[in-house]
Amino acid sequence: MGDGIYVKGLRAWFGETLVLKGVDLTVAPNAVTAIIGPSGCGKSTFIRCLNRMHETVPGARVSGQVLLNSEDLYASGVDPVQVRRRIGMVFQKANPFPTMSVFDNVAAGLRLAGMRRKSRLQEEVERALRHAALWDEVKDDLDKSGVSLSGGQQQRLCIARALAVDPQILLMDEPCSALDPIATAKIEELIHDLKKELTIAIVTHNMQQAARVSEWTGFFLLGELVEFGVTKEMFTTPGDKRTEDYITGRFG
Amino acid sequence: MAADSLAGVGTADGLALPPRAVSRSRRGVGDRVYRGLILASVWLVLALAGGLLLALGWESWAAIRAFGLRFLITSHWDPVAGEFGALPFIYGTLVSSLLALLIAVPLSLGAAIFLAELAPSWVRPPVAFLIEMLAAVPSVVYGLWGIFVLVPWLRDWVQPALARTLGFLPLFQGPPYGIGMLAAGLILAIMIVPYITSVSREVLLAVPGSQREAALGLGATRWETTRIAVLRYGRSGLIGAILLGLGRALGETMAVTMVIGNRPEVALSLFAPGYTMASVLANEFTEATSDLYVSALVEIGLLLLVVTVAVNGLARLLVWSVGGPARGGRA
Amino acid sequence: MSPGGRRLVSTSVSALTCGAAGLVVCPLLLISGFLLYQGVSAINVDFFLHLPKPVGEVGGGVANAIVGSLIMIGLAVLIGLPVGILGGVYLAESRDRRLPWVLRFVADVMNGVPSIVFGIFAYTVVVLPMRRFSALAGGFALGLILIPIVLRTSEEMVRLVPSALREAGLGLGLPEWKVSLRIVIPAARAGIITGVMVAVARIAGETAPLLFTALGNRFWHQGLDQPIAALPLQIYAYAIAPYDDWHRQAWAGALVLITLVFLASLAARLATRGRIVAR
Repeated sequence: MGDGIYVKGLRAWFGETLVLKGVDLTVAPNAVTAIIGPSGCGKSTFIRCLNRMHETVPGARVSGQVLLNSEDLYASGVDPVQVRRRIGMVFQKANPFPTMSVFDNVAAGLRLAGMRRKSRLQEEVERALRHAALWDEVKDDLDKSGVSLSGGQQQRLCIARALAVDPQILLMDEPCSALDPIATAKIEELIHDLKKELTIAIVTHNMQQAARVSEWTGFFLLGELVEFGVTKEMFTTPGDKRTEDYITGRFG
Repeated sequence: MAADSLAGVGTADGLALPPRAVSRSRRGVGDRVYRGLILASVWLVLALAGGLLLALGWESWAAIRAFGLRFLITSHWDPVAGEFGALPFIYGTLVSSLLALLIAVPLSLGAAIFLAELAPSWVRPPVAFLIEMLAAVPSVVYGLWGIFVLVPWLRDWVQPALARTLGFLPLFQGPPYGIGMLAAGLILAIMIVPYITSVSREVLLAVPGSQREAALGLGATRWETTRIAVLRYGRSGLIGAILLGLGRALGETMAVTMVIGNRPEVALSLFAPGYTMASVLANEFTEATSDLYVSALVEIGLLLLVVTVAVNGLARLLVWSVGGPARGGRA
Repeated sequence: MSPGGRRLVSTSVSALTCGAAGLVVCPLLLISGFLLYQGVSAINVDFFLHLPKPVGEVGGGVANAIVGSLIMIGLAVLIGLPVGILGGVYLAESRDRRLPWVLRFVADVMNGVPSIVFGIFAYTVVVLPMRRFSALAGGFALGLILIPIVLRTSEEMVRLVPSALREAGLGLGLPEWKVSLRIVIPAARAGIITGVMVAVARIAGETAPLLFTALGNRFWHQGLDQPIAALPLQIYAYAIAPYDDWHRQAWAGALVLITLVFLASLAARLATRGRIVAR
């Protein structure tokens, strides 16, 4: 059985403004859960609460429970740094470290965790790059700067970097929004492969993408989770009128 | 012809078109004069800069011809005999500046990191303000404080303590005058810290937030995030900030003159008095009796100019490489 | 390293950098405190109104030095202000690639040239031909220091004027030069003035370039083409002399100088705070 996330009563604030109004949701193990909704609905905030990135913004606050299997990530005494080690994240715009080579980028997380031996690092970097379907394209250029790759390759580099530390969950915040269709297709293919071993939650503003890659989908609107269910069913027979309106393009 | 007929068009409907208000040539004149004035100012500034280099080169030519490269490596400074070797001043400038950097860089970078990354937000503006104020204190005031506070402190407490503990090193030998290279290095350090800190802080603030997020997402602690995402990214800018501090230290005149002892000798000990290029200019320029003497002094000034221009030029390029050429006017 | 170890390192570094920041700020408090303590006793009306007494006698003031400083600052502003502002306007408005870059680079590098070198330049260009030390030479040297500062701050301030303002002027059919002179520059006026204030605060404290241009004078100057006293010069002369009373007057002079410099910088910061929010 893989790892899952179980969210109970999650609320999030930016200063005095409540942006997530009590969310209950399950990110099922070894499956892809898509988070969709119009701009400003709180989907990015939601996903950033799962790996405790939301609180890094000054004035931001969270209440509620986020359980990784049976551990509450927000219990007192839990170190957010450790949470982020076990839950990886890929961001909207690829952000490889420009002063590091491809190799060093992927190895960054490993080195932080204390891995020093060159041979071990080389093994893990290759494993991660293969996992991210990037190995064949960069294996002869591992010393080139991380930003010398194309946009799609940079994003896969960031995925490799996140995978290198062997996370239990992978969060993706609109990973393809800055990429062209071909690069997007490559990443969607990658997601299909990854979900066999990993649990993935992906935020996307592209409904077709959600329909293509996910098993479960959650629809957010104005900080609330309006509907959550099996992707196929949600897109064919949505339960809530608001979901239907969004899916049929009546707004958003 | 057609233009004239335009004047009468439409008057019947009450739609009076204004007569051609500004003739073509008049509009051109205003713009041309304005442009001319502005370009004249631009070229004037460039000419002044060029003139600076030329004037110094011209005045120092006699000394350059008389001594050549010997000027840089001889220690004998005897105005009476007409013998001028600038090594003690070059040595003094380099040693005091490097000592200042050694002390200032860790403190400045630490303070900059604190202000840019780690401090709570209510602390940042007042501390940044205080540092700006420090940069505005005139050199002669630092010198005054140096003579009456720093030097006695060094003479009565620090130097004896250093002599007791580290006296086996040639660096800390000799009588504890208080005045000397150590005092100069310390006061220079105090003076350049605000510059390095504020430029470094700006460099760090220019690092995009997405870099920090990437590191945080990997499970890095605050310091690790700063280390691998911010400091690495801003590396060249930080080096530029340090070079700016060095440039400042090399040219600092009054405070150093007041505490360094003004003795033209090369000595290994930090307790010994020394002399810097800027100091000898400050002390001896008005006493220069012969043309050769003046020329030798101007040559020292030329050296100082060339070195500080090179250091500052490089520094600016490095700082611009991180944040862009937008900032300026302060440091 | 264990997770706990990494967290410890992070906290320690935070503490260390906090300490560094504290150390950095210390000298300001030490120096200001000391100046206040030592200098306040010598400050009285005499100090501001009288000339220095002859060597060895107690009392007297720095009136000529204050006036001398003001005169040379005035000269410097006269020389440097127009050139600096026009240059700054050029940098903010020009669409060329190379010349602005060169000017910006030269100005920034000039900012880093030791002020005593400008003194040498003034010596060769003003003192030598005139065969005497003078207020003009001192003002010239200070003007040279002023120019790059005013240039860069003017550029910044003019840049901050929203382009919509310029476009409105052009749209009304005004020629470019009128738009710049009557609309854009006046809009940036407050910022430019504060930039000038900061530059003036800087040159008010300069000693080195005056050492062999203005030379100093224990009496009132006899004309702009004669040696003239200046506050920082007087402070320096008193500081390195062996008389206690002169030392006290040096403190007082330094206290006056540092107060003026602080006030100018504070005013400049407050005035531009509302503007640079966009940063």
